Amino acid sequence: MEKFSSHTGTAVPLRRSNVDTDQIIPAVYLKAVTKTGFEDGLFAAWRSDPDFVLNQPRYHSATILVPGPDFGTGSSREHAVWALQNYGFRVVIGSRFGDIFRSNSGKAGLLVAVVDQKVVEELWSFIEDHPDRSLTVDLTEQCITAEGFSAGFEIDAYTRWRLLEGLDDIGLTLRHVADIDAYETRRAEFKPKTQPVKVASLS
Amino acid sequence: MPKTLSEKIWDAHVVRSAAGEPDLLYIDLHLVHEVTSPQAFDGLRQAGRPVRRPDLTMATEDHNTPTLNINAPIADPVSRTQVDTLRNNAREFGIRIHSLGDVDQGIVHIIGPQLGLTQPGMTVVCGDSHTSTHGAFGSIAFGIGTSEVEHVLATQTLPQARPKTMAVNVDGELPVGVTAKDIVLALIAKVGTGGGQGHIVEYRGSTIEALSMEGRMTICNMSIEWGAKAGLMAPDETTFAYVQGRPHAPEGADWDDAVAYWRTLITDDGAEFDVEVDLDASRLTPFVTWGTNPGQGVPLGARVPDPEEFPEEADRTSAAKALQYMDLTAGTPMREIAVDTVFLGSCTNGRIEDLRAAAEVIKGRNIAENLRMLVVPGSARVRLQAEDEGLDVVFKESGAEWRAAGCSMCLGMNPDQLAPGERAASTSNRNFEGRQGKGGRTHLVSPLVAAATAVRGTLSAPSDL
Ligand code: SF4
Repeated sequence: MEKFSSHTGTAVPLRRSNVDTDQIIPAVYLKAVTKTGFEDGLFAAWRSDPDFVLNQPRYHSATILVPGPDFGTGSSREHAVWALQNYGFRVVIGSRFGDIFRSNSGKAGLLVAVVDQKVVEELWSFIEDHPDRSLTVDLTEQCITAEGFSAGFEIDAYTRWRLLEGLDDIGLTLRHVADIDAYETRRAEFKPKTQPVKVASLS
Repeated sequence: MPKTLSEKIWDAHVVRSAAGEPDLLYIDLHLVHEVTSPQAFDGLRQAGRPVRRPDLTMATEDHNTPTLNINAPIADPVSRTQVDTLRNNAREFGIRIHSLGDVDQGIVHIIGPQLGLTQPGMTVVCGDSHTSTHGAFGSIAFGIGTSEVEHVLATQTLPQARPKTMAVNVDGELPVGVTAKDIVLALIAKVGTGGGQGHIVEYRGSTIEALSMEGRMTICNMSIEWGAKAGLMAPDETTFAYVQGRPHAPEGADWDDAVAYWRTLITDDGAEFDVEVDLDASRLTPFVTWGTNPGQGVPLGARVPDPEEFPEEADRTSAAKALQYMDLTAGTPMREIAVDTVFLGSCTNGRIEDLRAAAEVIKGRNIAENLRMLVVPGSARVRLQAEDEGLDVVFKESGAEWRAAGCSMCLGMNPDQLAPGERAASTSNRNFEGRQGKGGRTHLVSPLVAAATAVRGTLSAPSDL
């Protein structure tokens, strides 16, 4: 994973709450077996509407998304994160997120910055008034700044550290493989195994 | 110190814990399906890593698979590639797989319990948010993303921050015609879709204790629909009786050891939850949704709400948007809403008990004219059992379609989809915009309401027949 310390770019306000992962990318787009090319499915149901905020020319180069509360609820699909990244987003700023979405983002290197809903509202007005003014989201300082705007944001310390260092979770865990081996020696005998395969006889 | 059930299970699975880091949890069972796994196997391949415990891993094909002509090659080439990719990955990494046509193929959350692989006191994960279903056995079970799938494949563990605890106390005797599905829909309407965020929820109380395993799974299944990390229930005699004798259940002395341990899996007296919610089950009626998230529901006897009635601005906006998408007018009695399609199936309500309940209502009746009803068993084995009991005949004689097992119209990744503007009564778990097909409209209902609705053509309960 690439290190993430700070990102500067323009932002786009998505004034909707409860944008679940089916909205971010509908199931029909999930059939690929790679992590790329999902940008076409991003917000698919709304993309043909010329009024949809991503279709407005002034937001075309935005790399920061600012949605309403409960963004990314629903399905576990990491494709939602890949679709946002494939489209060009690096940061999502909001007040509440689905747990799995937030965790997926941390693994894939998309920064999810949590702020109060009041800050979201302020950001929305700010962006709408100054669509071409860049925001800087600084992970080291945990703050969002622009000419005429500034606010702090929350992120859990562990995810922040991993993003800053660009660390891969599996590599981190494999440093503790001795602990895993030890745990396995203590596991109860009666715990089920999937192999060898056992199949009930048909009644 | 007294502990809650989820704390006991959590603590029993901590491989390593260090200040400032999430706990490293051991995973007892990892279920895999075709949609969220290809990129994970790719990651392993690129890093040259094997699957640590193929014997704790199992794969099935469910999301993409057709429910008609299952012996022919999958018609959609992209779906076929995804299924083939899973088969190749399973072969390459030595993972057990139940493919289309196999007697144990089916929706991942149906076949785990059915094979006896889901047992009390376990940690269960799958790249699927409805993994919470397995919590019905007294396990910590939750959905994970593809990066985490890769992590579990490689290490059989997962770093996880300890969630907060919540109790949902459901007490009272369920009125006739009211089911587990109605309990959970009513609960979500009460607490909202974000109500459970960051919590593992224990459902408890006399109503839960009286439920069958099927009913318990229906409730745990929908935990994620109100944002909970996981939902679980204390195992009891009902649980043990369900597990015993299944192919992977412990046997002999192992069974005795297992049950002795399982009996300790209860919340201790005096243990405290971070949050508690109470629900009186004796006053519930069949519950249905009118909007585009599972929290937008009302009793079947109520009317479509007026967005202006909601105190919060955000709720007013989202209700107004939902009514527009659903093409509904405030004040319309729910019972007058006509549907084009009834879908009976999914990991929420695709088990044998659900099919029996619906068949009982439909038996000797015809479904309404111009309405299609899809009956999709949750697994191949549920399908065979239903056929053994003659339920397929009951459905077919009423005019319903009897299909092969899979996720089907729950998410419309296969050809089973709603057309734009079509309206469905569905026993699945999500009424999101476009979930069952682009432009499709979904009302979430119980199997009893689904069956009665199929007969009358408008949202109905069996008591309306
Ligand atoms: S039936 Fe629906 S909710 Fe369940 S696993 Fe399949 S797609 Fe997901």
